[in-house]
Amino acid sequence: MVVNRSLHGVVVNIGFLLWICYGVAIMEEGFHVSIKAEELTQWMGVPITNSLLMSWVVVFLLIFLAFLIKRNTKLVPGKFQIVIETLIGGVQKFVAESLESEVLATRFTPFFISLFLFILIGNWLEFIPGVESIVFHTAEGETVSLLRAINTDLNIPLALAIIAFITIEVTGITVLGFWGYAGKFFNFHSPVNLFVGLLELLSETIRLISFSFRLFGNIFAGSVLVGIITFLAPYAIPAPFMLFEVFVGLIQAAVFALLTLFFIKLAIMKTGH
Amino acid sequence: MELESAKLFAMAFAAAIGVIGPGIGLGILVGKSVEAIGRNPDAYGKIFSTMIVGAALTEALGIIALVAAFLIRFL
Repeated sequence: MVVNRSLHGVVVNIGFLLWICYGVAIMEEGFHVSIKAEELTQWMGVPITNSLLMSWVVVFLLIFLAFLIKRNTKLVPGKFQIVIETLIGGVQKFVAESLESEVLATRFTPFFISLFLFILIGNWLEFIPGVESIVFHTAEGETVSLLRAINTDLNIPLALAIIAFITIEVTGITVLGFWGYAGKFFNFHSPVNLFVGLLELLSETIRLISFSFRLFGNIFAGSVLVGIITFLAPYAIPAPFMLFEVFVGLIQAAVFALLTLFFIKLAIMKTGH
Repeated sequence: MELESAKLFAMAFAAAIGVIGPGIGLGILVGKSVEAIGRNPDAYGKIFSTMIVGAALTEALGIIALVAAFLIRFL
């Protein structure tokens, strides 16, 4: 028993040493972090980056899923259809409660669900084997990964933030009217109100930065963290970190959609500060 | 000091100092939420979803510091 145990200990120790050697060997190769998306090729002067390619994958995946669900839709719903309908109905009910309007809820629910699903699928596809590990040799002779998680490229969170921003402002203007909405920011009743209104205007534009940096920072920091942990301890240890990143991806997708909802709610409130 | 080492120091300081505030904020936020759930366990769902949104808003500040650190180092 004792011999067995010590043998086991020796084997474990040798395994551990090999493990550390492997990690050190990888670390000497250098840990590569690129904050910009790599350019794969150019199409009529427009650079095609790996994150752009990935966003097409996400879009086609979502369209494919939508067709699949639509084709199997029946008047008498099956189990799967009941689940989908309950989820969408639940979201619509929540949106109607928040915005206090059935019309706006019907109008905005597809938008929120699309935002959520796009970000969620984009975040989760990062953990499919092959993403970031399949490489592509560019015409310039560089070796870059063919696919890159969409939200680790600042352009895509920024695009989503601009979409959310325009939606919020346009909703505010259509619901309150142009002068009603402008009156929130330019209030000439007293100097304090004027100052508060201008601050509101500033915070409205700062939202673009906070929206995009929140999503980008969380997902990019997550991918760097998983990369570093993989270099320090290549086996088994990265798994819980990846699980945590799956959770972060879900939370960030939900937060992006929820914050858009709350800001729309703020924008259509009549006497809001 | 050379530029490269100055960049390393700047990144470390930006990341380290930037997470102090959000760390304190998150502690207060989650602590208060747990207190609220303890007082009124029925409101768990509402408090939890509000807490998650608040946590995301608070965390964003730390994340922005982290992004600034990454930008200093890798751009």
